[in-house]
Amino acid sequence: MSTPVIEATGLGVTLGGQPILDGIDLVVPAGEVLALLGANGSGKSTLVRSLLGVVTRTAGDVRLFGAPLGPSAPWDRIGYVPQRLPAAAGVPATAYEVVTSGLLHGRTLRPHRGHKRRALDALADVGLADRAFHRVQELSGGQQQRVLIARALVRDPDLLVLDEPTSGIDIPTQATFVDTVSRLHDAGTTVVVILHELGPFSSLIDRAVVLRHGRVAHDGPPPRARGEHAGEWHDHTHAHPDPEPPRTGPSLSVEVNP
Amino acid sequence: MTAWDQVLELLGSPLMQRALLAAVLVGAAAPVVGTFLVQRRMALLGDGIGHVALTGVALGWLVGSWAGLVPQDTLALPGAVVAAVVGSIVIELVRERGRTSGDLALALMFYGGIAGGVLLIKLAGGTNANLISYLFGSISTVSTADLWWTAALAVLVLGVGVGLRTALFAVSHDEEFARASGLPVRLLSMLVATIAALTVTIAMRVVGLLLVSALMIVPVAIAQLFARSFNRTMTLASVIGVVVSVAGLVLTYWQDIPPGATIVVLAIGVYAVAATLQPVLRRPPPPQDPHPDMVDDVLLVDDVDDADGATVRRPSPTT
Repeated sequence: MSTPVIEATGLGVTLGGQPILDGIDLVVPAGEVLALLGANGSGKSTLVRSLLGVVTRTAGDVRLFGAPLGPSAPWDRIGYVPQRLPAAAGVPATAYEVVTSGLLHGRTLRPHRGHKRRALDALADVGLADRAFHRVQELSGGQQQRVLIARALVRDPDLLVLDEPTSGIDIPTQATFVDTVSRLHDAGTTVVVILHELGPFSSLIDRAVVLRHGRVAHDGPPPRARGEHAGEWHDHTHAHPDPEPPRTGPSLSVEVNP
Repeated sequence: MTAWDQVLELLGSPLMQRALLAAVLVGAAAPVVGTFLVQRRMALLGDGIGHVALTGVALGWLVGSWAGLVPQDTLALPGAVVAAVVGSIVIELVRERGRTSGDLALALMFYGGIAGGVLLIKLAGGTNANLISYLFGSISTVSTADLWWTAALAVLVLGVGVGLRTALFAVSHDEEFARASGLPVRLLSMLVATIAALTVTIAMRVVGLLLVSALMIVPVAIAQLFARSFNRTMTLASVIGVVVSVAGLVLTYWQDIPPGATIVVLAIGVYAVAATLQPVLRRPPPPQDPHPDMVDDVLLVDDVDDADGATVRRPSPTT
């Protein structure tokens, strides 16, 4: 068997004295599309961030493409799409500049020759060719998401990591995500995607890992929605209790006539 | 005497030549660093470093007087360089540990730096008056040796700031992504802090430690009103920095006013005018559909004509 793309053993993360992840073993073979599922606060994002070295791990070992995390890891083969752009700072930046920053990795601190072409191509791939030289802060939320995909794809990664790509974005951008993932999957790229619900991705997912309280609760084929949950109009219930209704005064009901 | 003669006379004075060269170098370098600081939301870092550098000046003075050097302030500039670099790295380390305590760390450095400087200068046998030229600048006293220092450090700052701008941009714009790309985030952050510290020390003679930050930040504030991209902001800020520095300095040739303060007031004046004019200069938005590329997925009641029971979409007036 070839070297797994991700190999984590006994991974543990403690943030601010609070254990977030504990004893996670995860092996992702090449070419797999893996969904990470779990409730809010179950540690999905932290797991992904510790696998990529964004969050320092407190226990265990992580190998990417067989190399330990660190300067020697093959960073040019990894593309990461965070949930959103960081809050706007004072200095404007164009979509093109943000995507160009994706060409740097590991010890490559200056973009190579032909970087302009590559950055513009990556933007064209996500349908933003005409927005390349617009301020990224002035693009819509969905367009910003697509800039983030372009930034991850500009280096032609063999592993793509997506953090909740479908939360709070419009349908066309969701479609861009699904198209991108299916195209990359066909080309043999490994994909790790954090999801709240399988939704539009369900047909692409090979395997699902469900986290609960920082531990792996399920690892195997993606869970299928059961019974009435499978329906289009199912009532979405949450594991946590519903918030208490406000206690102020008598209730008021409003009916709106067309 | 014609205006041309006056310009020739101004350029003929060796003192003015040195001062002008220092102003151009500092005016060009300071906003380059300032762009990264504004991007990192650390616009006040330059101020913090400036205060710490004052302790460095006094420390250099103290060592100089112990060693019996003449003049006593020979080591003031090296002292400021060391203190500023150490201070900036401490601030960066504190920021890295936890963002919330970053401004507290800055506050401690502000007060500690000034108090330390005043205390040490007294111990060195100097007076607070000796510190004034460092606090508010004294470009007219720039010596040839100072100029060499300034030139070398300015070239270093510009080289790092411009040469590594994509990497420094990546780290300043999205630190999380930079880490997930395996970039040496800590090293690059330290680099920004260090070139900020060097800029503070070279700008010390031109505008003074208390006003250094203005030359780093105000041109960026002006540039970002008009520029769309990070690179343009940096270039424009650098040009504005050179123009206000030279203009402020030239004014002091004919008027007896302090150069450092003149440069800063001039820069803030330019900002005020630019900010007022910006809405006028900006092109009005085109009147058509702002998002022609988006699908019309929302149906408005007014668009729908259902008189005959069938829901028929009225043709859009723009098509």
